[in-house]
Amino acid sequence: MTVATMRSALNAGLRRALSEDGDVVLIGEDIGRLGGVFRVTDGLQDEFGPRRVVDAPLAEGAIVGTAIGLAYRGFRPVVEIQFDGFIYPAMDQIVTQLAKLHYRTRGQVRFPVTIRMPFGGGVGAVEHHSESPEAYFAHTPGLRVVTCATPQDAYDMLRQSISDDDPVIFLEPKRRYHTRGELDESVSGRVLHPLHEGRVLRAGSDVTLVVYGALVQTALDAAEAAAAEGVSLEVIDLRSLSPVDDRLIEDSVVRTGRLVVAHEAPLQGGVGASIVAAVTDRCFEFLEAPPTIIAGFDTPYPPAKLERHYVPDLDRILDGVDRVLGRPHAGVEKP
Amino acid sequence: MTRTSPWWTDGDETIALVSEDGERIPHPELDTMITDLTIDDLRGLYRDMAVVRRIDTEATALQRQGELGLWAPLLGQEAAQVGSARALRTDDFVFSSYREHAVAHLRGAKPVELLRMCRGTAHSGWDPLEIRMAPMQIIIGAQTLHAVGYGMGIRNQESDDVAVTYFGDGATSQGSVSEAMVFAASFNLPVLFFCQNNQYAISEPVGLQSRAPLAQRALGFGIPAIRIDGNDVLAALAATRFALAHIREHGAPVFIEAITYRMGPHTTSDDPSRYRPEQELEDWRTRDPLLRLERLLAAADESTGLRDLADSESDEIARVLREECLALSDPDPEEIFAHVYSTEHRVIDRQRSFLSAYLGMFEEEGS
Repeated sequence: MTVATMRSALNAGLRRALSEDGDVVLIGEDIGRLGGVFRVTDGLQDEFGPRRVVDAPLAEGAIVGTAIGLAYRGFRPVVEIQFDGFIYPAMDQIVTQLAKLHYRTRGQVRFPVTIRMPFGGGVGAVEHHSESPEAYFAHTPGLRVVTCATPQDAYDMLRQSISDDDPVIFLEPKRRYHTRGELDESVSGRVLHPLHEGRVLRAGSDVTLVVYGALVQTALDAAEAAAAEGVSLEVIDLRSLSPVDDRLIEDSVVRTGRLVVAHEAPLQGGVGASIVAAVTDRCFEFLEAPPTIIAGFDTPYPPAKLERHYVPDLDRILDGVDRVLGRPHAGVEKP
Repeated sequence: MTRTSPWWTDGDETIALVSEDGERIPHPELDTMITDLTIDDLRGLYRDMAVVRRIDTEATALQRQGELGLWAPLLGQEAAQVGSARALRTDDFVFSSYREHAVAHLRGAKPVELLRMCRGTAHSGWDPLEIRMAPMQIIIGAQTLHAVGYGMGIRNQESDDVAVTYFGDGATSQGSVSEAMVFAASFNLPVLFFCQNNQYAISEPVGLQSRAPLAQRALGFGIPAIRIDGNDVLAALAATRFALAHIREHGAPVFIEAITYRMGPHTTSDDPSRYRPEQELEDWRTRDPLLRLERLLAAADESTGLRDLADSESDEIARVLREECLALSDPDPEEIFAHVYSTEHRVIDRQRSFLSAYLGMFEEEGS
């Protein structure tokens, strides 16, 4: 057990995947000589060579398409997309090809492709560098979509994703790349948490708070602040966005009767909307108040000087908590 | 004037080894690729083209009779497809578009497997790993990138097989095809880009896609190109053999532009009379790929019984095809959920159970 940043945990996870399985190939822009713009692949090309850690020409669609071809040949490719906002040229290959090829080939060919990308805001970046595109992928049958919030989950979930025989979209919360946490790299004698199960990070009795990615830490901080006011929040790190661990959420809501979901992505058609719809459908009689979603607004991601008003923070999450508790607040209508 | 090198450099010229009149045109380098061909082999190529034409005609008829939802006829493109497919090794891997019925058939797909997609019983007809050909691709040009990735795998394993991708003139306008050529050239990958320029992308003439010969695109990416008369099965066979030998030796990509003509509609839903002059079609009829090979064989006094033999064999294949097509029954409803993921997925499992129970409800009512 050591202390590591999420970035170095991801690096260690990739290193282990490369050394354990000769079919694992990394491909992306600037991932080789430079080690990636966030240095997640730092040193890997030196160790495994340019045929296994491939610097690709600048075409995201071609990178994903190449990964698909490698999978046809029996490889297990791991793609790095440099930023969330750069994924769109690859959408055709992801949606019409990668997600559907196992189905199209009637299970005769497997496509174990992992697509890693940093996502989310809060780093003062220029346009296209702070987006949360997860709903597009969660809406696409054939993909698995996961995200991590701690170095340990980053390490374990990345290795689980690479081992998975289906395509996995692996979202890395970029503003937590340098967050430190405990990391156990041992493989034997350690039972891994199933990839598609969420985790209760803090037990509570008044409100269920569902978050993922960078907002997990914000939610834990909010729970601490709420506790000081005598409100008990149960914080769930969703971890998997497709499929969603609805049983975990429902078990919690049945006990608390109140639900707040928070994410940075826009509200409309989002992961939160889908969770709230499912909970309302299946736990209606247990609900004490209408569930609330605290989300980014339905605007393009704003310029950096405005992002603190856009990305849900501790106060906005607590505002949501107040609403589901029916507590008096500023009197502002819900958006 | 006959070029001495198969490589295209400029101009409108294409390489033909057989003239429209059935006369053999010598070519110093490409001729060396087909010295092994016997008269029987030539008759075999004719038979291949006749059989796929008959399969194609039968499929069109089945569509007209409501047995297929759609069909994309290959009529007119038999030489480009048969010639190139016959040059491949069994361990090469093909990534095609949706009109390469002849290629799929010669790779080993049974005639009825060619129809499964258009019958609506499955999205693909065959086992891609068995015949070493990916399912037909509907998204224009998307498959070229898969060939590039496959080629990267071949290179990594230091093998000498080749990834072969088929696409049309329209596809050359897609970014994915340009990207595929960038990647193949940059990584020096064993990929054959086989472009069937059949003059039309549905209604749009090739001149709308490119002001220059399509082969020039490849040169721009640093990929050598060959430009052939795609209605000449010998040229298609020899040029593809030449290209594959070059790729295997150098591990580097080659582009072939086969100039041909789609004599039928884009699909059975299309009406080419809206965009194609009748005279143009008539002109191309004189360049029919089967006719040309027949004339070559006739000149050698080897065409006796050629048509009758091909016809009787084709008729039998068509009869079986029709029978097997009609026997392709509707899949079970739970097939909707099969293979979305390779392992357990709780959402899929729940929805599968729901549909089954829901449909069961009606069965109980009905009984």
